[in-house]
Amino acid sequence: MNLDEILKEAEREFAAAGSLPVLDQVKARYLGKSGAITEQMKGLGALPPEERKAAGARINQVKDQVEALLKARREALQAAELEKQLAAESLDVTLPGRGEGMGGLHPVTRTLARIEQLFASIGFAVADGPEIETDFYNFTALNIPENHPARAMHDTFYLDGGHLLRTHTSPVQVHYMQKHQPPIRIIAPGRVYRCDSDVTHTPMFHQVEGLWVDESVSFADLKGVLADFMGRFFERDQLPVRFRPSFFPFTEPSAEMDIGCVICEGAGCRVCSHTGWLEVLGCGMVHPNVFGHVGIDGERYQGFAFGLGVERLAMLRYGVDDLRLFFENDARFLKQFA
Amino acid sequence: MQFSEAWLKSLVDPKLPTAELGHLLTMAGLEVEALEPAAPAFTRVVVAEILSAEKHPNADRLQVCQVNVGEAAPLTIVCGAANARAGLKTACARVGARLPGDFQVKQAKVRNVESFGMLCSAKELGLSAEAAGILELPAEAPVGTTLRDWLDLDDHLITLKLTPNRGDCLSVLGIAREVAALTGTALEGVDCSAVAAQVADTHPVVIEHEAGCPRYVGRVIRGIDPKAASPAWMVRRLERCGLRAIHPVVDVTNYVLLELGQPMHGFDLARLRGPIRARLARSGDKLELLNGEVMEPDADALLIADDSGPLALAGIMGGVGSGVTEATADVFLEAAHFTPAAIAGRARRHGLSTDSSHRFERGVDPELPHFAMQRATRLILDICGGQCGPLVESGPGTAAKAPVDFRPARARKILGFDLDDGAMLGILARLGMSVGTEGASVRVQAPSHRFDISREVDLIEEVARVHGYDAIPAVALRGDHAMLPAGEGERSVAELKKLLVARGYQENITYSFTSEELDRDFRSQGEILPLLNPIASQMGVMRGSLLGGLVQSLRHNLNHGQERLRIFEAGRAFIGAGAEDQPQRIAALAYGACRPEQWGEKARPVDFFDLRADLDALLHPRAAAYGPGSHPALHPGQCAEVWLGGAAIGWIGSLHPRLTQKYGFAKAPVLFEIDLRPLLEQGAPRYQGLARFPAVRRDLAVLVDAALPLGEIEAALRDAKPALVADFACFDVYQGQGVEHGKKSLAFKMLLQHTEKTLTDSEIEAAVAGVLELLALRFNATLRG
Repeated sequence: MNLDEILKEAEREFAAAGSLPVLDQVKARYLGKSGAITEQMKGLGALPPEERKAAGARINQVKDQVEALLKARREALQAAELEKQLAAESLDVTLPGRGEGMGGLHPVTRTLARIEQLFASIGFAVADGPEIETDFYNFTALNIPENHPARAMHDTFYLDGGHLLRTHTSPVQVHYMQKHQPPIRIIAPGRVYRCDSDVTHTPMFHQVEGLWVDESVSFADLKGVLADFMGRFFERDQLPVRFRPSFFPFTEPSAEMDIGCVICEGAGCRVCSHTGWLEVLGCGMVHPNVFGHVGIDGERYQGFAFGLGVERLAMLRYGVDDLRLFFENDARFLKQFA
Repeated sequence: MQFSEAWLKSLVDPKLPTAELGHLLTMAGLEVEALEPAAPAFTRVVVAEILSAEKHPNADRLQVCQVNVGEAAPLTIVCGAANARAGLKTACARVGARLPGDFQVKQAKVRNVESFGMLCSAKELGLSAEAAGILELPAEAPVGTTLRDWLDLDDHLITLKLTPNRGDCLSVLGIAREVAALTGTALEGVDCSAVAAQVADTHPVVIEHEAGCPRYVGRVIRGIDPKAASPAWMVRRLERCGLRAIHPVVDVTNYVLLELGQPMHGFDLARLRGPIRARLARSGDKLELLNGEVMEPDADALLIADDSGPLALAGIMGGVGSGVTEATADVFLEAAHFTPAAIAGRARRHGLSTDSSHRFERGVDPELPHFAMQRATRLILDICGGQCGPLVESGPGTAAKAPVDFRPARARKILGFDLDDGAMLGILARLGMSVGTEGASVRVQAPSHRFDISREVDLIEEVARVHGYDAIPAVALRGDHAMLPAGEGERSVAELKKLLVARGYQENITYSFTSEELDRDFRSQGEILPLLNPIASQMGVMRGSLLGGLVQSLRHNLNHGQERLRIFEAGRAFIGAGAEDQPQRIAALAYGACRPEQWGEKARPVDFFDLRADLDALLHPRAAAYGPGSHPALHPGQCAEVWLGGAAIGWIGSLHPRLTQKYGFAKAPVLFEIDLRPLLEQGAPRYQGLARFPAVRRDLAVLVDAALPLGEIEAALRDAKPALVADFACFDVYQGQGVEHGKKSLAFKMLLQHTEKTLTDSEIEAAVAGVLELLALRFNATLRG
């Protein structure tokens, strides 16, 4: 074969090689120890010296061409092989992921966390107290003496030995103030119990008590903090609020706080009994008798307390229309709050 | 308290539309709970007289009436009511009238007779739910007058939800006083002027318990007309306040109760035996109440009695034997003051709540009996005739309350606003307080009906209330707050919950009370803590463990189509009633497949070790020790007690097979319950230098007794701290072919490391040999060949 034929043949054979190992075998036939190009090189010595240079240059040129052909073919084959591998390795990426899924928090916990976060941002620490209480902490220290008509507003569960289930989170105020002097800024979330069960009452529910006592915390501060809180909680800049005079034995002056109905925007609906207002919490200035029971100087210090129902806020916030769902623990209900 | 707007306006008329009046009361702390018209809207209905009623020529049950509506010519009206008869005064809807239910009255031909209107029943006018025929009006009803005017139907019924401190507003006069103070409108007086005695008769009264009954006003009225009836205006006012007319004397006492707030009682004088006595109950006392109940009053019950025994439960309810009846000719009227301390709690104890007890429990104006007696006397004489004896007042009365010092500056500081002294004192004066300056403070004497005013803060509240809470500014938070302490080594319950949520658990909140049976199944500490007044037996005792609630939740959810559940709850368990015996716990339950049903992994049921990994994650980076434990609700062979820092903090295990069967589960759920407090202390991290020389791994398989817990080997190695061993962990447990029966093979990986040099082979071999020797010595372990 002359060089032209070798080149032509190599081109044909490289193209015919369908895989990299075959290509390597074919390569040996041209560039191997006894390959056609190598043989040509070996034949140079037989040529007269004056022809060797030109013939050598000619052979090297063809060798370069063969090598270029080989490289191109190798790359083509590699590319094809990668293509094949990629095709073989492709996944159904629409299949779901493996492993454990996510659970979720109870809506009451979500709501409590939100309340705690908002109050923490203005320096309210979280305090805690027992749920089985004594008459002193639940009533007497809160200025609710025996036979006071206010006791009839609390349908109390009793246990042996003068114990009772706390009817509100207010006893935590008393525990905390017995141990700490002002300035005091706390909230106390927790379970409370009342002997009442119907469509709108469960015998256990959650409250958050709040207490801020310092030398000049006034009713105007109470209004400011609570109005701000409700607006932030419902994420409304212009949430209408109003404070109505009310009565709690442990605060004076006392108030009920209403917010503009967040369901109907005040137009009137079933949730707000067509008044446009929702009663959301009770509050007031700490009564001097409460300060007296816990040994805080009520002339030097003053402050406000409030108590709000957590389930009520959760219902308004998430549009839940049946209180009892909170304690059935039905997975179909709970997973909606994940 | 329900009352009629028209009655209120007869005492004070601020010229406000009804809705605004309601808003005024609500914003003054007298919350309007309901506000409804006394009658539905209707038009063109007048008082009419039937002149004649003839049978309809073409219908058996219809009559053709000639009806005088106050015009020159009578109207012809066809009527189907059986009580339509000549001479009857009734209600006639004229042609064009609109009646409730959007019904329009038209001129119509009824069986060929032209009818020019409609005679109406109370039901058709929306005045009552049922009616037997057309409305029957009294003979004096003026023909042609609009019915709404004649019956005063453009009135509203207002129901107040009064707070317990405002007993002074449990009367129309009390509310009127508020409205007058709030609006600056003049208050009409109620005529309580003295009625002079017409006869000399009196009846003796002996107060044996002056603390409970400091004042008893009595009066005899002789010779009342037994046929007298209460006038329509009074009956209407009573009805609009929710009371029925009964007997003119009873109606008058009820009327005075509603008007002035003073409960009264009328005795039939002929049925009294000896002096009236206000005394405490004695053993053997029996009383048949007006509601028919025969009761034996408790020793602390204040009674009105005579020589024959108890006549009434003082301030709560009268007895049947002594009240006025249709046969009564002579009346003995009572207007007494009973203190809240003598009344409070007694009515509720006997399951009674009366208009009288409701008021006395909250307090009544102690000066009121005298005036109420004059008012009632006048009304009875007007309605029933008769002659009154002199008014007899017994008892020492109630000392006037001490005046209260009021510091306007203090009020400004508490309320956070800058109302001037004059405005504040003006408000107090409008509330009937007498105000006298005394240095920097002001001496304020509250009127007797404001018995709730006893200290300065009461006056501050009154100033705020009448000025209006809305008028007090809402002050934005001032920035003088210290940062909250935040220990890095502590974490919140919320973080723990989020960790479990990330591991697939759904939070539950179950009731803290449960059935005694469930509590017995799950309680591991303390005694059963029963509620004395549970709502239901399945909520009868405080839970001693959180596990029972989770098991019930599992049951509920399996019944509602779930097959796999991972749930947890954080809350208190109740070991005892003391504050220290109510530990906060966190408990979790896993049931069903280990993973959510999926395509990519072989399914297997969740087991003890899956749950243990979740518990370890909660404790991380601290590590708990697990030792065989026992818990009444857990499988004795699959239960571990969990120890942290030397203290037992809870349990983990599979539900006991007995309970698995009892609660109807196909497989045993796995559960843990752990004290929450220790989990909140995590410790802050502390840097230790990194080893600069490579660690060497050596694996080691040993044969030990099959019953030997791995934890004991781990503990032994932890205690012995063998040289160079930086880490030691079991990666395989094997029993079966190739391992002698009664033995098991444990494979460990060991990481060996020196902090200052690279280990040589001989050092490594020596370290491994040291561990083997320890295991052989302590656990009779042999190297597995």
